[in-house]
Amino acid sequence: MIPAAFDYVRAGSASEAIAALAEHGDEAKLLAGGHSLIPLMRFRLARPAVVVDIGRLDDLKYIRDAGDHVAIGALTRHRDVETSELVANRAGLLGEVTSHVGDPQVRHRGTIGGAVAHGDPASDIPSALIALGATLVAAGPQGTREISVDDFFTGFLETALGDDELLTEVRIPATDGARWGFEKFNRRAQDWAIVGVSVVVRAGGEAGVGLVNMDSRPVRAAAVESAVAGGASAAEAAELAAVGCDPTEDLNASVEYRQHLARVLTRRALETAGL
Amino acid sequence: MEISVTINGTTHTHDVEPRTLLVHYIRDVVGLTGTNIGCDTSSCGACTIHINGESVKSCTVFAVQADGDDLLTIEGLAEGETLHPMQESFRQCHALQCGYCTPGMVMAAVSLLDENPDPTDREVRLGLEGNLCRCTGYHNIVKAVLHCAAGGEQ
Repeated sequence: MIPAAFDYVRAGSASEAIAALAEHGDEAKLLAGGHSLIPLMRFRLARPAVVVDIGRLDDLKYIRDAGDHVAIGALTRHRDVETSELVANRAGLLGEVTSHVGDPQVRHRGTIGGAVAHGDPASDIPSALIALGATLVAAGPQGTREISVDDFFTGFLETALGDDELLTEVRIPATDGARWGFEKFNRRAQDWAIVGVSVVVRAGGEAGVGLVNMDSRPVRAAAVESAVAGGASAAEAAELAAVGCDPTEDLNASVEYRQHLARVLTRRALETAGL
Repeated sequence: MEISVTINGTTHTHDVEPRTLLVHYIRDVVGLTGTNIGCDTSSCGACTIHINGESVKSCTVFAVQADGDDLLTIEGLAEGETLHPMQESFRQCHALQCGYCTPGMVMAAVSLLDENPDPTDREVRLGLEGNLCRCTGYHNIVKAVLHCAAGGEQ
């Protein structure tokens, strides 16, 4: 299928992209790697009048050691995150989760910023960012601001980003010495997760747990984290994985089945993380 | 919008609509029909080509995004009458049945070995997870990739 016609703007800099967004408002969509947006446009589920291509903003493609955190430019491709030694050493969960996104061809094009800004509850990467307690940096006409990952995902395909804001950087608090686990369940190799879970257990024993596809947005399994903090075993803590979640029913799974998967996968991920 | 792309060493310049998908540009405008369209939804990998040396599904890229890029399609792999080692391995291992997935499968496999020249059986299977063979002839495809990685000897 062929997308509806649109006007194409190729941004030469972040400020050009922000200016184009400010001019066109919610008529415009940013195009990074395109592996979330283009499929939606092909199904005509998205029909932006203007597409602002930020794929050539090379100054937003980087992975840097920033001391207490790892700073990743929004246009860094999944392939580069997956193969980064810095990510492996200081934010290992993210490298692991990224290696499960789509397939190699998708990871050669898709970007971390695109995956996060798309706000898909079935996407893998947001669960890792929740578990790791990431901070997102957004740039707009008024300058830049930092958004906690807990405030970032606001609804189905909706985020805290304004119509005129560009996600520029993802900051991952360093988790040296941590252990982690990632589990996702799907029916075919490259499908979206029916349910998934990212777990990190930091060197001090504190756990972070993010869930995939257990609500209209990526969510934190706060009850599991508290249980781990209170000394619960993996099996005990994982029993609480679906608490507070409002998953949907679809062709792949009923609500009850999703809740069951969340508990089973969370237990496995906690065990992989050494709990 | 006018774009200029290099495909298999030849530079092509055309005026395209922004919504033109790269695979349609390659097939319908440039006339290289070796790249197949399968699922049309970035699932099956039949349309896999290389952009700047890496495997990509050309049904999920706008042609305007490839402006200035260096593309390789299945037609550009052989050296004249001499097949690329991966093509030769596919032939020797009978890694195709109907052949529809083959161009994408070969392009994905070449990119896989570029990144991991000595993969295990499991790494080949994971590396080709973005390519579907509806004849389900996966076993010989994996064998062909391992055969190529081993230097193509019998």
